[in-house]
Amino acid sequence: MIRLLALRELRSLFAMPSTWFMLAVLQFIFAWFFLARLEAFLEIQPQLAQLANPPGVTVTVAAPVFNTVALLLMMLVPMFTMRLIAEERRSHTFALLLSAPLSGLHIVLGKFCGLLVFLVLLVASVPLMLYTLSLGTALDHGLLLSNMLGLLLLTASYVALGLYVSALTTQPVIAAIGALAASVGLWLADIGATAEDSPWHLISPFNHFQSFNAGMLDSGDAAFFVLFSLFFLLLAIRRIHNNRVYG
Amino acid sequence: MSNITPEITLSARHLARSFGSKRVIHDVSLELRRGEVLGLLGHNGAGKTTTLQMLTGCLLPDGAGENACSIEICGISLLRQPVSAKAHIGYLPETPPLYRELSVNDYLMFAARLRGMKSAAAAGALAQTVQRCGLEAVGKKIIGTLSKGYQQRVGIAQAIIHRPAVIVLDEPTVGLDPTQIRDIRTLIRELGDSSSVIISTHLLGEVESLCDRVEIMQHGKLIYGDTSARMQKYGCASGFLISLRNPPPLGELESIEGVSGVEQISATQFRVLHAPEANPSAALLALAAQHGWQLEQLTPLQATLEEVFAKITEEITAAKNNPEGASE
Repeated sequence: MIRLLALRELRSLFAMPSTWFMLAVLQFIFAWFFLARLEAFLEIQPQLAQLANPPGVTVTVAAPVFNTVALLLMMLVPMFTMRLIAEERRSHTFALLLSAPLSGLHIVLGKFCGLLVFLVLLVASVPLMLYTLSLGTALDHGLLLSNMLGLLLLTASYVALGLYVSALTTQPVIAAIGALAASVGLWLADIGATAEDSPWHLISPFNHFQSFNAGMLDSGDAAFFVLFSLFFLLLAIRRIHNNRVYG
Repeated sequence: MSNITPEITLSARHLARSFGSKRVIHDVSLELRRGEVLGLLGHNGAGKTTTLQMLTGCLLPDGAGENACSIEICGISLLRQPVSAKAHIGYLPETPPLYRELSVNDYLMFAARLRGMKSAAAAGALAQTVQRCGLEAVGKKIIGTLSKGYQQRVGIAQAIIHRPAVIVLDEPTVGLDPTQIRDIRTLIRELGDSSSVIISTHLLGEVESLCDRVEIMQHGKLIYGDTSARMQKYGCASGFLISLRNPPPLGELESIEGVSGVEQISATQFRVLHAPEANPSAALLALAAQHGWQLEQLTPLQATLEEVFAKITEEITAAKNNPEGASE
């Protein structure tokens, strides 16, 4: 059932011209960042070569590219999550799901998985671009893998957050702005807090991505992403149940 | 009752629902047997849609946890085991729940799988449903590009594709042209042979032509329930509309025996009212032929829903001691 709902979500996404437009523009932006970082690396490479233990291409190119993509996703994911439930309400298709033999868990997980698969496809081009570097040099696969895992977990958290906000309203635009406000708000609280041990750092997904970005697999950070996603998915299930109670 | 009575597919008892402090449904109970078409008749805002939403699990009734209120679909409680009960329901809401960006076949396939059909069975059901709803020509088209009539048919198709025991259709003929209405009514009649169908409507004629049984709803209450044949006596007012190409003076029409009043609508059209027991149409026809009034049209007047409501309320108040609809 979850797979069926996820596939429907994907099919609807790919049936819309706006999706393809966004895909094309984003690939262009990702490629632009990648090439800009690569150019900067090639310029300073002679100086780097004189250092005793020079940073490699993965640290100087791949890590910053992943960091930028993570930042971009924070703003992009709400644009995709806004439609998940709000649009179903607005176009009256939600009644089909509510009257079908499904629980709220199925609906929420189906939508979550569907969009997550789509976003994985969307950002899959980034590691592919980075792996083209292996034609000319050796890459640090560990760092790349930790970045990919971090990005996946980060995306999942943003999707869960956006899905919940989308479940709150009938207007996709409100859902988009709401999810954007929440994720950017968490990020701003994180970078605005100057104290090293400020609790604001702890609740920001973007902050927890930093250790993955640096190549460190911290189980605490991974647990944060899982808990963050679960929390908002549970809230979304609760909200869908309330849909039946309050109409 | 004998053994041949068909099984009860839907039974709802003591449904009530409030939105905020406003109570919109008061103690509604319904029962439906296999092979029956039930018409839920009422004005806009009478609570038809809310009732249907509760019957399909889109909305929980008030006091869903208590014993008094229950909804059973094929013997499975919708409130306690919603997932298994809902597999037996097909629901077409007021606005058809269509994913406009999908093709008709993809959408119907999704609807069938969503109700738990295996993909092999769903393919067969798809072919049959598409044929039944007359969608063969548009199977590969995107739903958003279809006309309103076709979209409505796709909406009905999604509600029946998994062959549910209970089919709930909320105003299925609204916004369609007369041919489409006729087609859809034929289809609903066919569905009523194998499943139970509930349709909601505000058209008296639709109930008469389509339903075995009718429940009339007003201000969130069921005020009358009977077979639709028996309801028809409320449906015809005592009077008819005539048009005469060569009309006599008004007084001459009024003097026909049994006529209680004549009202001139236009130069050639008259509304003739008469007492319910004495129908003067035969006398009028004879006179028209005799005097060469050149009768063009004679149509019995159809009562409006208001008039039916008024009659029913009148009758209920008159026979307050007799339980409503007790005659079997």
